[in-house]
Amino acid sequence: MNSIIETKDLTIAFGGHVAVNQVSVQLPENQFTSVIGPNGAGKTTFFNLLSGQLKPTSGQVFYQGKEITDWSVVERTRAGIGRSFQLTNVFPNVTVLENIRLAIQSREKVRFNLFRHFKSYTAFEEEAHELLDIVLLDEKAESLAIHLSHGEKRKLEIAMLLALETKLLLLDEPTAGMSLEEVPTILRVIENIKKQEDRTIVLIEHKMEMVLDLSDRMMVLFNGELLAEGTPEEIMKNETVQEAYLGGDPNERVHT
Amino acid sequence: MMLKRMKLSTKVYLLIGLALAFLPFINDSRWFMFLMIQIFVFAIFAMSYDLLLGYTGIVSFGHAMFFGVGAYSAAIVMDRMEASFVSFLLGTLVAVLIGGFISFLAGMLTLKLKSHYYAMLTLALAGMFLYIAERWRSVTGGNDGFTFRIPELPGFLEEHRNFVIYLFCLLAMILLFFGMKRITESPLGRVLVGIRENDQRVESLGYRIMPYKVLISVISGMVASLSGVLYAISIRFVDTSVFDIQVTLDALMMTIIGGVGTLTGPIIGSAIINFSHHYLSDLANIHWIFQRWMILFGAIFILAVIFFPNGIVGTIQNKLAKRKTKKKQYDTTEKSLRKEGA
Repeated sequence: MNSIIETKDLTIAFGGHVAVNQVSVQLPENQFTSVIGPNGAGKTTFFNLLSGQLKPTSGQVFYQGKEITDWSVVERTRAGIGRSFQLTNVFPNVTVLENIRLAIQSREKVRFNLFRHFKSYTAFEEEAHELLDIVLLDEKAESLAIHLSHGEKRKLEIAMLLALETKLLLLDEPTAGMSLEEVPTILRVIENIKKQEDRTIVLIEHKMEMVLDLSDRMMVLFNGELLAEGTPEEIMKNETVQEAYLGGDPNERVHT
Repeated sequence: MMLKRMKLSTKVYLLIGLALAFLPFINDSRWFMFLMIQIFVFAIFAMSYDLLLGYTGIVSFGHAMFFGVGAYSAAIVMDRMEASFVSFLLGTLVAVLIGGFISFLAGMLTLKLKSHYYAMLTLALAGMFLYIAERWRSVTGGNDGFTFRIPELPGFLEEHRNFVIYLFCLLAMILLFFGMKRITESPLGRVLVGIRENDQRVESLGYRIMPYKVLISVISGMVASLSGVLYAISIRFVDTSVFDIQVTLDALMMTIIGGVGTLTGPIIGSAIINFSHHYLSDLANIHWIFQRWMILFGAIFILAVIFFPNGIVGTIQNKLAKRKTKKKQYDTTEKSLRKEGA
C-alpha cells in the first residue's frame, strides 16, 4: 500500500523541551488513521509539522513520495494537505457562509480576480450552503462567525476543510468541546468523508473509544515519541501502550 | 433598462452624487466651493486609506507620502511644461506611476513585517520624503513651496473655473468610489477581508498573502497620489505640508469616525472633519477655545471611538443587519409554526 505522507526522524524542540521526538511513520493512502495519546503528547505539534505551521528542528516530511519539509503552508495546502484546527480558527467578523465561500474560492483557483462581483459566482454560494447543510449549520449561514457557539465553530472548521476537497484531511480533535448531541453529527460527517474515494483522513483524538470503530490504523504518541503504530487490534494488544497510556486491562477500557 | 438592474444602494449613491453636482447653484460662494472641493479630495484620500486599514487590516502612518508625491509630481510637471491639457494629463500619469512605484517598493520592503513595524516604517519613509521636499529646493522650492498655472479652459468655462474644478473633483470621487467598491466586492477583495480577519487561516486555505498585500498597497498608493494631484490643482500651489503627518492622521480620523471598512464612511468622515474645521475655527470670535478646535475635536474623537467603535456608517450598518436577521428569524419561526398548524 502506498503511503500518502511519511515522516523520517521528525523532531522539534522548543528550547529544552522536545515536543516531537524522532517520529518515523508512514500513513497509508485512502485509510483512516487516528493519532491518539494523552494531553501534551505532541499530537497537535505533529500535525503542525505535517501541515507546515511549524518547521522541524530535524528530520523530514514526505508527501506522495516528494520531500516537503521546506514547503510553506500555502504550498502544502495547494498540494492537497488540508487541516482543521483544535483551537477554532475561523474568520470572526464575516458571515459563516463567507467563511466557506473563501475556502471554495481558493479551491477553484479564483484568487486574483479584481473585476467580477463575488456574488456572480453563484455556484460557490450554493455549494457553501450544501456544505453547511451537511454539518447542520445552514440556518446560521448569515450570522457572523464570531457569534457562533464553540461547537458550531468546530462544525464550521470541518465544513471549511471539506470545501477545500483535499486528498489528505488532518482533523485535530473535531469533537472537543462539543455538546453530547453534536458529537454524533460530526462523527457521521467524518464517516461520510471516509466513504468517499481518494480521501485519507488523519484524526487526532484522545478518547480512544470514540475512534476504534472508525480507524483502519492507529498511532500512539507519548511524550513526543511514537509508542506504537498498527491496526486497532494490534494497538489494543500492545503491552507498552496498555501500560503507558491506558493503564489497565484492554477489555475493561474498550467497552466503557 | 440599466436603472432597473441597479441595486438600490447604487441608485442612492448616484442620486446623492447628482444632488451634489447641483449644490453650487444654491451656494456658489468661493469659500463654500473650496470647502466642498477639499471634502471631495480628502474623501478620495481617506477611501484609499480605508482600503488598507478597513479592508486589509494594514495600519500605515505614512500614507501622506503618496498624497505628497502626487501633489508634487503633478505640480512640478505642470510648472516645468506649458500649462496645457497635455501637461495636466502627463502630470497626473507621472504622479500615479510614481505613487504606484513607491507603494510597490514600500510594500515589498515592509509588508512581510508584523503590522506595527509596517506602521513605523511607513512613518519613517514619509519623514524621508518630507526631508527631501524641504532640502531639494531647486525642484520643490523648499518650505516656501511654489505656485503654478493650470491650463485655461475653453470659452465661457474659464469664467466658471471653480465650478468646473468642483465638478471634476466630484466626478473623480464618484468614479473612484465605485471603482474601489468594486474591488472590495471582487473575489480578491474578499480575500483581503480574510487577511484582515485571520491571515494565518488565509494561508492554510491556500492563498499566498504577500501578493495581495502588495497589490492593495499599490492600488491604495495610486489612488492616494490621485487625490494629491487634485489637491494641488485645486489650490494651484504646493508646499511641504502635503507630506505632514497631520495629513495621515486626518485620513485616519476621517476613516475611523466615518466607519472603517465601509468606503462611504471616509466620505462622511471627510465632510465632518472639514466642516467642523471650518466652522469651529470661525467660532473663535466667541471664545478663544474654538481657535484650538483640535482640542475639542480630540475630545469628540475619543468619545466617538469609545461609544461608536464602528464609526457612523458601521454603526448604522450593524443596526440594519441586526434588524434583518431578526426579521428572518421571525419569518422562519412563523413559517414553521404555520407548517405545524397545517
